Amino acid sequence: MGEVIVITSGKGGVGKTTTTANLGTGIALQGKKVVLVDADIGLRNLDVVMGLENRIVYDLVDVTEGNCRLKQALIRDKRYETLYLLPAAQTRDKNAVSPDQMQQLCKDLAEEFDYVIIDCPAGIEQGFKNAIAGADRAIIVTTPEVSAVRDADRIIGLLESEGKHNPRLIINRIRPLMVKKGDMMDIDDIIEILAVDLIGIIPEDEYIVISTNRGEPAVANNSAMASTAYRNIVRRVMGENVPLMTFETNESLWGKFKKVLGF
Amino acid sequence: MFELIQKLFGKEAQGSKNIAKERLRFVLVHDRVNVSPQYMEAIKDDMIKVISNYMDINENEMEVNLTRSNTQVALVANIPVNRMKRTNLPSE
Repeated sequence: MGEVIVITSGKGGVGKTTTTANLGTGIALQGKKVVLVDADIGLRNLDVVMGLENRIVYDLVDVTEGNCRLKQALIRDKRYETLYLLPAAQTRDKNAVSPDQMQQLCKDLAEEFDYVIIDCPAGIEQGFKNAIAGADRAIIVTTPEVSAVRDADRIIGLLESEGKHNPRLIINRIRPLMVKKGDMMDIDDIIEILAVDLIGIIPEDEYIVISTNRGEPAVANNSAMASTAYRNIVRRVMGENVPLMTFETNESLWGKFKKVLGF
Repeated sequence: MFELIQKLFGKEAQGSKNIAKERLRFVLVHDRVNVSPQYMEAIKDDMIKVISNYMDINENEMEVNLTRSNTQVALVANIPVNRMKRTNLPSE
């Protein structure tokens, strides 16, 4: 039996889909069999982030409604032998699927795959409930902003009330220089407020934009900071103990000068 | 002028993150208040246990609520007392 992990956040735009794509690809690169499930029905995006948008024939709703067999809807990623995608339906809405159906789907997928990674839609309504229904564990993505942290807190509460305990946290889009200046909440600040365990941090990185433009997950082939950060998270998800990455902030000459002067 | 000098040397910058943290902490107290009635029941039950060591109270009429104003959240308990238990006063 494989493991079902849901990637969620509450707030939109914090990097759920990017995280799903990169974790999934990263785990597949470790030789595990992985399926990515886009649970954002009506607003599918994992397909374009993965660069697989041209290969969709059937989708998740086709599977739950019995229009096709599960295997027919799975898209195999030709670049990574063990990676598959189950795309969301684009022309339906979130009520086309029920939590029970999602639970069954996750169960079926977990029999075939080592990891089932679900990209949860933003919000806390039906789509969220569907996405978490079949999950064994949850990873919450947030950014160092008041709104994203607040929503993460709400999600933690909702997961708890659904019996999904001990979610793990990813803090995305950290800007080390701003943190250093005291103008951005630090990892410790956020952990203290949310009181959950951290599974990784990702620095703000232009390479994410570039790799998304190309439809190639950053984790696969780059020395960019974000790629390394994702690779670290992949190893932690798989049970390894990896120390948090540290950011070197290139201090300005003026900054050093100030230090020398004792300010 | 002094401020300007401070600014120049970056001393004023306690950083906006502290404002963010403070605001978040407060807003989360508000948010979490709504989370579960069971939570309030648990608080109530524990309060009854403690207070009953000292007095007989009317548990049915007891009210425990979180109230909020613009500046703070308070736990307000209204507990009708039937009788004091003189014998159980803590002796030191």
